[in-house]
Amino acid sequence: MKKTYKIDVDCANCANKMEEATKKTAGVKDAVVNFMALKMTVEFEDGANAKAVMQDVLANCKKVEDDCEIFM
Amino acid sequence: MNKKQKKVLKRIIAAAVLMIGIECLPVDGVFKFILYMVPYLMIGHDILLKAGKGIRNHQVFDENFLMAVATVGAIALGEYREGVAVMLFYQIGELFQSCAVGRSRRNISQLMDIRPDYANIETADGGLEQADPDEVAVGTVIVVQPGEKIPIDGVVTEGKASLDTSALTGESVPRSAGVGDEVISGCINLNGVLKIRTTREFGESTVSRILELVENASSRKSRSENFISRFAHYYTPAVCYGAVALAIFPPLVRMFAMGLAPEWGDWIFRALTFLVISCPCALVISIPLSFFAGIGGASRQGVLVKGSNYLEALSETKYVVFDKTGTLTQGVFEVTETHPSGMDETQLLEYAALAESYSTHPISKSLKRAYGKTADPARVTDVEEISGNGVCAKVDGRRVAAGNDGLMRREGVEPEACTGQGTLVHIAVDGVYAGWIRISDRLKSHAKEAVYALKNSGVRKTVMLTGDRREAAEAVAAQLSIDEVHAELLPSDKVNALEKVLAAKGSREKVAFVGDGINDAPVLSRADIGIAMGAMGSDAAIEAADIVLMDDDPLKISKAIRISRKCIGIVYQNIYFAIGIKALCLILGAVGYANMWMAIFADVGVMVIAVLNAIRALDVETV
Repeated sequence: MKKTYKIDVDCANCANKMEEATKKTAGVKDAVVNFMALKMTVEFEDGANAKAVMQDVLANCKKVEDDCEIFM
Repeated sequence: MNKKQKKVLKRIIAAAVLMIGIECLPVDGVFKFILYMVPYLMIGHDILLKAGKGIRNHQVFDENFLMAVATVGAIALGEYREGVAVMLFYQIGELFQSCAVGRSRRNISQLMDIRPDYANIETADGGLEQADPDEVAVGTVIVVQPGEKIPIDGVVTEGKASLDTSALTGESVPRSAGVGDEVISGCINLNGVLKIRTTREFGESTVSRILELVENASSRKSRSENFISRFAHYYTPAVCYGAVALAIFPPLVRMFAMGLAPEWGDWIFRALTFLVISCPCALVISIPLSFFAGIGGASRQGVLVKGSNYLEALSETKYVVFDKTGTLTQGVFEVTETHPSGMDETQLLEYAALAESYSTHPISKSLKRAYGKTADPARVTDVEEISGNGVCAKVDGRRVAAGNDGLMRREGVEPEACTGQGTLVHIAVDGVYAGWIRISDRLKSHAKEAVYALKNSGVRKTVMLTGDRREAAEAVAAQLSIDEVHAELLPSDKVNALEKVLAAKGSREKVAFVGDGINDAPVLSRADIGIAMGAMGSDAAIEAADIVLMDDDPLKISKAIRISRKCIGIVYQNIYFAIGIKALCLILGAVGYANMWMAIFADVGVMVIAVLNAIRALDVETV
């Protein structure tokens, strides 16, 4: 399952860090953060609860870049 | 500028003014320190806070942390001015970057300003009501007035108008549309009132699909982008460890091995310049920005690129393989000769047109046109389409086969041998040869120019694949000076022919396939780059292609290649320039020739230049 979220982040490197942090989150199979379009596409593992996983994703992203937001 | 940016700008100006003021004051010692702390905290407090949070989250190689360490270090060494300046210029750089990115985001959404806001629906009393295009059902009749955008794809049921398609195709000559014509959303109605029966939902309409495509294009990252992310991942830590080593080892070596004074302050200061240079911002921002701008510029020219990776691949194109019909030729076939044997011409045409009446292939359309009357579907049964060969059907109970030599032999009939231009449709009725019909296609007006332009832009070889007869294909190829022709191919043979081209190329060379997308989907997806032309009507083509040319002009292929070369050129300039300057400053910094000011240039100056260079990719008008 793939979902796209709007995000807000200030710098391109922070976007890369968010991408890495998201990929490392349990339940996420793959993720792409598109800094120019301010969008994040997350592919979830089969059977993962997208909502719960996204909470972890947001927490992990906040750890690497405090000044970021994911609109869910 | 948004609110956040304006606030930063005010802080920058205030801090800069304060700093200049303090420079002029004749103060020293503790007073100087206290005075300098005012602009420093004013400009840097948020960075220091973020650095603190970063440490709590174990983000040691965070830009904020690096800037905090570098400036606090400089101030601790008594270099107040440098400390404040680093923070000040870092903020200026960040502000510039965020403005530049915001501007190009807006620029591109303006370029793609084709999203219609409403659709006019006629109400019972004859008035017009504005509706959300999303809520208009398929089959609704909508009214488009002069100056308005067509919101949803459909067919004109009433009225006549000129349409400006430039936002979609980059083509400036208006197109006229009348009753029965299909029109696509995003075109602007220039002069007449049109009533249109919608054939798609808004979400499925051309305009929505294009917007989605362009917006998502930069999610497919190119090799250079991935390289930069990996580079940034290692670069920052490496430079930081380098800084630590620079601060510790040379003084120790001087002290113990050489018996000199350690000069801790000098070496630590050199290490701090390393930290300022270690920020990878310039690289990381300029690469995706270049691709974003390049893709945006290309879409303005009617070339939709589905991902940064495809733009990159396109720039390495050395082989271009064309489909013939509909790509190099207009795909508008006309019956130019009929040659019956054993029946008269009208009868031959009638059989052919009826047998092919269910097919949408351009050839069957031209047969139907030449027949002139509407084909009565009740007379045709048991239609069997034999891909790449033709059609068999029962017409008035008689078995009619219409197709090429191969089909005739399958039917056990020997076709009459015949030479000349065009495509031949042989007809057999009840297993008896009944004659042939010659159908010719016209070359597109830019086809010859297009092949020539490709050669000029560095394409090594052009190949044409077609299901047509060899002679017809070779005549076209000779006219267009195409290097290699494969004729009489079934759809599956096209993939094989492409495989051969793919096998023969070098590893860094890319093969592009250009087709009209109607039955080329497998070949489009097999090629390194699949280019579909004039495909706005075909979902399968948009699905399978990597690049979509919105108008039918083959000349756009070379344009697209040149756009991609320009974009990739900018990307490489930025990579080499930024890494080069940073490396140079690191070396100079290590040996003591580069001061903090040079480090600031290596960080902020390089970023500003790289961003300005990246924005150049948007300008593709004259490429």
